[in-house]
Amino acid sequence: MTATSLTSTQGAGRAGDKVFSTAALAAGCFILAVLFGVALFLVVQAIPALTAPAAEIQGGEGFFAYIWPIVIGTIIAAAIALVIATPIAIGVALFISHFAPRRLASGLGYVVDLLAAIPSVIYGAWGAAFLAKEISPAYNWLAANMGWLPIFQGPASATGKTILTAGIVLSVMVLPIITSLSREIFLQTPKLHEEAALALGATRWEMIKMSVFPFARPGIISAVMLGLGRALGETMAVALVLSSGALTASLIQSGNQTIAAEIALNFPEASGLKVSTLIAAGLVLFIITLAVNMIARWIISRHKEFSGAN
Amino acid sequence: MTSTLTPVRSKRSALTKGQLPKYAPYVVLAGALIVGAAILALLGFNAFGWGIVSALLFAIGLVSWSAAVEGSRKAKDKLATCLVVGSFLVALLPLVSVIWTVLVNGVPGLLTPGFLSTSMNGVTGVYDNKAVEEGAPVVGGIYHALLGTVQITLLATLISVPVGLLTAIYLVEYGNDGRLARAITFFVDVMTGIPSIVAGLFAAAFFFAIVGPGTKTGAVAAVALSVLMIPVVVRSSEEMLKIVPNELREAAYALGVRKWRTILKVVIPTAISGIASGVTLAIARVIGETAPILVTAGFATSINSNVFGGWMASLPTFIYTQILNPTSPANPDPSSQRAWGAALVLIILVMILNLAARLIARVFAPKTGR
Repeated sequence: MTATSLTSTQGAGRAGDKVFSTAALAAGCFILAVLFGVALFLVVQAIPALTAPAAEIQGGEGFFAYIWPIVIGTIIAAAIALVIATPIAIGVALFISHFAPRRLASGLGYVVDLLAAIPSVIYGAWGAAFLAKEISPAYNWLAANMGWLPIFQGPASATGKTILTAGIVLSVMVLPIITSLSREIFLQTPKLHEEAALALGATRWEMIKMSVFPFARPGIISAVMLGLGRALGETMAVALVLSSGALTASLIQSGNQTIAAEIALNFPEASGLKVSTLIAAGLVLFIITLAVNMIARWIISRHKEFSGAN
Repeated sequence: MTSTLTPVRSKRSALTKGQLPKYAPYVVLAGALIVGAAILALLGFNAFGWGIVSALLFAIGLVSWSAAVEGSRKAKDKLATCLVVGSFLVALLPLVSVIWTVLVNGVPGLLTPGFLSTSMNGVTGVYDNKAVEEGAPVVGGIYHALLGTVQITLLATLISVPVGLLTAIYLVEYGNDGRLARAITFFVDVMTGIPSIVAGLFAAAFFFAIVGPGTKTGAVAAVALSVLMIPVVVRSSEEMLKIVPNELREAAYALGVRKWRTILKVVIPTAISGIASGVTLAIARVIGETAPILVTAGFATSINSNVFGGWMASLPTFIYTQILNPTSPANPDPSSQRAWGAALVLIILVMILNLAARLIARVFAPKTGR
C-alpha cells in the first residue's frame, strides 16, 4: 500500500516507465507474432498448391507425389552430413576440452568457430569447384569395388556433383555447431568425477568414457539434433554442389534433390501455382526443422534441470 | 651430487618400467614419415596422400608398440588420443582448403581494374567471349552487389537491433521468468533454427499478401534477414544484460532513479561492449546469407540504390548466379573469376566483422578494476 502511494505521488518519469516497459513487452510479443506469422503466411500462400487438382502440380501427380522424393533427398543429405560430422565433431570437442594444452584451447576453439563464420555460398562454390573434382576418382573406385552395395551403384557421376559430395559439404558446415555445443558440455563435466576416475588409476580415455560421456550424452544428442536442423535447412551448399534429378538410391550418381535447394533453384523464375507449390515445400521444411529443433531444445531443458541438481 | 643422483635415477627407471620412453612418439613419427614416403613413391607421390598414409602408419605403429610394452589399456588410451588429434586435423583440412581455394581463385578477380567500382550493367556474354578468345580484359564488377549487401544488411540491422534489444530487456528486467518470458525464450530458441530459406519464403509470402504478388525489393530481403538476425541479437544481449551486477541496479534504485532510466543509464552502458559485439557477430552471420535474398530481392545487374523499389543485387547472390548461370555460357571462366573475386571480398568482410566484434568486446569492456 505504502509503495503504491509513494510511486503514485511522483508524477515525473512515470510516463517514461510505462512507455519503456510497454515497448519492451511489445518487442517480446512481436517476436512471438513473427514466428506465428511465419507459420500463418506460409500456410496461407501454400493452400492453393494443397487444394489444386493433382494434374496442375509439377509432375502432374499432386503435391504429395511432388514433395516425397525431395523430402527423402533432404533426409539422405542430412543423414550423410551427420554420419560424417558427428564423430569428428565429438573428437574435435574432446581435443579442445580435454587434450589440447590449456593455453592453446581457446585459440583452437576460435579456429573451429571460423568454420562457422564462412558464408554458405562460399562452401557451395568450394564444393562445386574444388571438392567435386577432387573426389570423383574416389567415386569411380567405390563404383568399381563396392558397386554391389545399392548406395554405391555405378556408373559414378563424372563431375562428382552427387548427393554424397553435397553431404560432405554439409558435414563441414554442421561440424562447428556440433563441436561448439559439445565442447561446452564437456567442459561442464564435474571436475570431481574426472579426478575421482583418474585417482582410481584410469587412463585419460577411460576417464572420458566413465565420467565425461555419461554426463554429456544428452548434450551430445541435442547438439547433433541442432546440427541436423541446420543440415536439413541448408540451401546453397546443395544448390551449387548437387546436379539434381530424380530420387535414386545410389549416392555417387547425379540425382536426388533437397527441399531447400529445390526452392532456391526454382523460386526466382516461378509464378502462379508454382510459387504456391514451392512455398508449400518450404512449409514442409519448416515443420520438419521445427520438430527437430523443439525435440533438441526439450532434451537440453530436461538436461538443465537434472544437471542443476548435481 | 652425482653420487646421490645415480640411485634416484635407477629407482625412476624401475618405476617407469613398462612405459614407452618419452621419445617414442617422435621415433614413430619419423619412421611413419619415411615408410609413408616410400609407399607413396611406389604409388606415385603426392603430399596429401603422404600425410594421410603417414598419419595412419603413425597411429598403427604407436598403438601396437604401446600394446606390446604397456598393455592393452594404455594402448587403447593411445589409440583414442590418436583418433581425437586426428579428427581435429581432419576438421582443419576443409578450413584450410576453402580459404586457400578462395585466395587462389579470388585474387585475380579482385585485382581486375574496376572490379570494386563498376557494376554488371551492360556486361554481356560478348565481352566475356572476347576476354577468353582475344585476351581482352575481363570487364564488370561487384559495385552494385556491394551496395546492395550494405543497404540490405543495414536495414536488417535497423529492424533487428531495437526489437532484439528491447526483447532482451523485457526478458531480463521485466519478465520475472513468468510464463510469457519463458515462452519468448523458447520461441527465440526455435527461431534460431529456422532455415534461412524459410525465412526468405516468409518475407516473400508476407509481402506477396500485403503489397502484391511478385514483390521483390531490398526491403523484403531485409525483413527476411531480420527474422534470422533477431534471435541472435536477443540471445547475445540477454546474456550480456544478465551479467550486469544486481548491485548496480539496486544502487540506482536506492538513489530514487526510475527503472527505465536505470536501464538506459546504468544497465545498458555497462553491457554495451558485449551487446555491440553480439550485434556485430549477428551482422557477420546474415551478411553471407544467400537463400533468403535470392527469393526476396531477385538479382539485378545494375546499380539500384532504392531499397524499397526494384530488384537488388547482393554479394552472395552475385556469387551464386555467376557460378550457376555464367554471363557467357560458352565461356564461363570470366564469370567464375568474378564470382571468386566476390567470394574473397565477402570472406574479408565477414572476417573483418568477426575481428571487429572481438575488438569491440575488448576495448569497450567496462573497467572492473579499482
